[in-house]
Amino acid sequence: MHTYEPPIFELSSPGKIGAALPDAGVPETELPAHLLRDDDLAGLPEISETEVVRHFTRISQRNFCIDTGMYPLGSCTMKYNPKIHEDAARMPGFAFIHPLQAEETVQGALQLTYELQAILAEISGFDQVCLQPAAGAQGEFAGILVFRAYHLDRGDDQRDEVLCPNSAHGTNPATAAMVGFKVVEIATDSRGNVDLADLRAKVGPRTAGLMLTNPNTLGLFDENVHEVAKIVHEAGGLMYGDGANFNAILGIVKPGDVGFDFMHYNLHKTFTTPHGGGGPGCGAVGCKEFLADYLPGPIVALKDGQYTRHTPAKSIGRLKAFKGNFGMFVRAYTYIRMLGAAGLRSVSEHAVLNANYLRVNLDKIYPVAYDRTCMHEVVLQGKIKGAPSVHTLDIAKRLIDFGFHPPTVYFPISVAESIMIEPTETESKRNLDAFIDAMKQIALEAVESPELLHAAPTTAPVRRLDEATAARRPILKYDQAAIAALLNK
Amino acid sequence: MSHYISITESERAEMLKAIGVADVADLFVDVPADLRFPTLDLPAALAEGEMARELRRLSSKNSDVLNYSCFLGAGAYNHFIPAAVDSLLRRSEFYTAYTPYQPEISQGTLQAIFEYQSLMCGLLQMDAANASHYDGATAMAEGAIMAINATRNRRKIVVAPSVHPQYRSVLRSYTQGLGVTITGDENPAASVAEAASLVDNETAVFIVQSPDFLGVLHDLKPVAEQIHAAGALLLMVTNPIALGLFQTPGMVGADIAVMEGQPLGIPLSFGGPYVGVFSCTEKLLRRMAGRLVGVTTDLNGQLGYVLTLQTREQHIRREKATSNICTNQGLMALAATIYTSLMGKTGLRKVAELCYQRAHYAAKAIGQLDGYEVLEQGPFFHEFVVRCPRPVAEITQALHAQGIIGGYDLSKDYPHLDNAMLICVTEQNTKNDIDQLVAVLGG
Repeated sequence: MHTYEPPIFELSSPGKIGAALPDAGVPETELPAHLLRDDDLAGLPEISETEVVRHFTRISQRNFCIDTGMYPLGSCTMKYNPKIHEDAARMPGFAFIHPLQAEETVQGALQLTYELQAILAEISGFDQVCLQPAAGAQGEFAGILVFRAYHLDRGDDQRDEVLCPNSAHGTNPATAAMVGFKVVEIATDSRGNVDLADLRAKVGPRTAGLMLTNPNTLGLFDENVHEVAKIVHEAGGLMYGDGANFNAILGIVKPGDVGFDFMHYNLHKTFTTPHGGGGPGCGAVGCKEFLADYLPGPIVALKDGQYTRHTPAKSIGRLKAFKGNFGMFVRAYTYIRMLGAAGLRSVSEHAVLNANYLRVNLDKIYPVAYDRTCMHEVVLQGKIKGAPSVHTLDIAKRLIDFGFHPPTVYFPISVAESIMIEPTETESKRNLDAFIDAMKQIALEAVESPELLHAAPTTAPVRRLDEATAARRPILKYDQAAIAALLNK
Repeated sequence: MSHYISITESERAEMLKAIGVADVADLFVDVPADLRFPTLDLPAALAEGEMARELRRLSSKNSDVLNYSCFLGAGAYNHFIPAAVDSLLRRSEFYTAYTPYQPEISQGTLQAIFEYQSLMCGLLQMDAANASHYDGATAMAEGAIMAINATRNRRKIVVAPSVHPQYRSVLRSYTQGLGVTITGDENPAASVAEAASLVDNETAVFIVQSPDFLGVLHDLKPVAEQIHAAGALLLMVTNPIALGLFQTPGMVGADIAVMEGQPLGIPLSFGGPYVGVFSCTEKLLRRMAGRLVGVTTDLNGQLGYVLTLQTREQHIRREKATSNICTNQGLMALAATIYTSLMGKTGLRKVAELCYQRAHYAAKAIGQLDGYEVLEQGPFFHEFVVRCPRPVAEITQALHAQGIIGGYDLSKDYPHLDNAMLICVTEQNTKNDIDQLVAVLGG
């Protein structure tokens, strides 16, 4: 395993093909000569099916994945991806239907969509759900566009600011900027909540809304959430809920009940549609009735026994072509229908149990950023007593040698040397104990032989990589000469 | 307890004791007491066998393109997918991995993305491609925003009406808060030349599609010259299968090129997940949104792959990032990579030829039917417009009864094309399927 596999272009030889294609079987029509490409597709390889399959199988073995081990990436919810989901999404009536078919020919797919909308609304305490956004960031974009449309519709055109706590994901401020808002950062108080004094100082008639992740990225349920919502609402602003951490509160509390007006769900986190090495996701959104007219479309409704699509009256418009990442709807729907209400609550209970178990076993060695009961993730600091040369990055890389995917590191940025650990509910106690032992062992090594940490990882397919050179002289596509020059450097 | 949870009752008790609480409910004291543990009114839980039955029931209510012959395209295409594509996609190592933030244990994903970037550059003849966008429409919208940022004081976007109508509406959704003007498609019947004539020294970008929404292939070289002479950028929307034969964005001189990558080995899936292919010139590279993979070496001097130029992205730059995009369509980009590798230069040209030849055969046959007229619009790839003797909805209903999924009704998006159907023919439609379609239309 782990053997080097050359770029696929190096497997190419003239005359090979990896697919069997039919003859046209119809009388030939001449091609328009002046419109043809002129390079004989020189940039594409020629490879047999056997070689292609072996190539991608071999490179796949150079990946860590959930099915091989614990992947405690904070704020990413890397839980087990059930196998039935993959079969479900590939059923002929789901995988092989065209998005523009007449509604009467896709009633089953529309029914599934309708039911998932209703289920997500019920779990979160909202009135209407739209499944179109493709990812969390696009769900945020939908929400902030809706906030803008709502204020403008009421003639309230002075609101040009969006408030974001300093613990927010980068997508929050980036989203607000993409909608044209100015971003105002809010401080965190000594217990890890939104700093109410700072919020009161910054909220006002220019506030369009506040974007809050709750539980927040410090792994804490914001104890002031009611008060935060009250302050924002009294100033005429709206409350956006970033659902990245929804896995902690299924059946525990409904975001719609604690003051949020709008939220996105990450189906690829909470409802375990697979992350696929970076996507696809689904960033479905839900909102209170008073914002429902502004949602993106289409949304599925049930009328006279028929499922139909419609776009809300004052919609911000469509956010992608067609309906959304339907394959992800099928997986999330399957997950929720198999767990039911009690199963969902059990998910969050175990996610929080597992995170707290890690917290109490590690907080004597790795300072915990906020010493409170955490939710589904715990934020530690990579500051080990007696090991001044060791940083969070070294600890993360050393974990690889112990067989674990490292946690999220250096985020949240408001905590120095942060290590954000989210074990999820699907890890066993045995694995959690093994992770704790590894973290303890690494802390010992940090003091006694820090070079082990600086050199790590040594058991991965490659050693630490020179990221500076990659950025200074970017090689972003296959170029034999450039790669040879890099290797001979 | 669900079969996905791996903790026993006694372990749970032991863990609670270590934490120092009596009950799991005590872990949630920070949640307002009156709102804690709400009732969720959901359908009863199903066992796996029960769920599979329920899913099959829902699936069987839909008319799929395996059991129906499909002549519907309009931005999503029914192409042959070699079995090797899905077989590889189902490897856990690919689909249960996260974004490759830890490169030492993510070399598989990173190498695949690097190969994807390389293959897309080869197909498009462009300098650089990113690791993907959500779909073709969002790639186009982000391309337009990039052009606005790159041309500084220019705030006007000109778009041809023959660009996919849904792409144009996504463009308007994406830019609604940015104070830009979008023009060019007010008259749905306007030609590319008429739209391009609106490009002036206020214009950041001209957006044009070839093959366009109605299937027509355009010679965009003279258009590119005209756009560049006005100091604006050219954003070309194209189709990856058409590139097996026809003019590429690179040949034309496009500054930005995007396309829906779904035809490259991705099932129709009722509209998603697909993959937005995004590419640009070297000059625009550092303004590009999304993830990029580059090559480098490790401590031992071995070739390796890393995410690079990340200072463009939201997790570093926050509100100053080039976009808010984070999650992309990684696994779908992998499907496109595997498909393109399997087809290679010979296969892609062959698929394009099959589409072209069979579509032209179908157009000729339908054009000979009484009451039907194939509109003369110029050279086309695998879609063409048929003027029908009756409303399109009536015809598609009749076709469905005969096991055929008919074409797209153009009357809503293009009022001048009333009773007009956009018919798509790919290598999946055999001569027999086409003859059957012609027979039902004629009958």
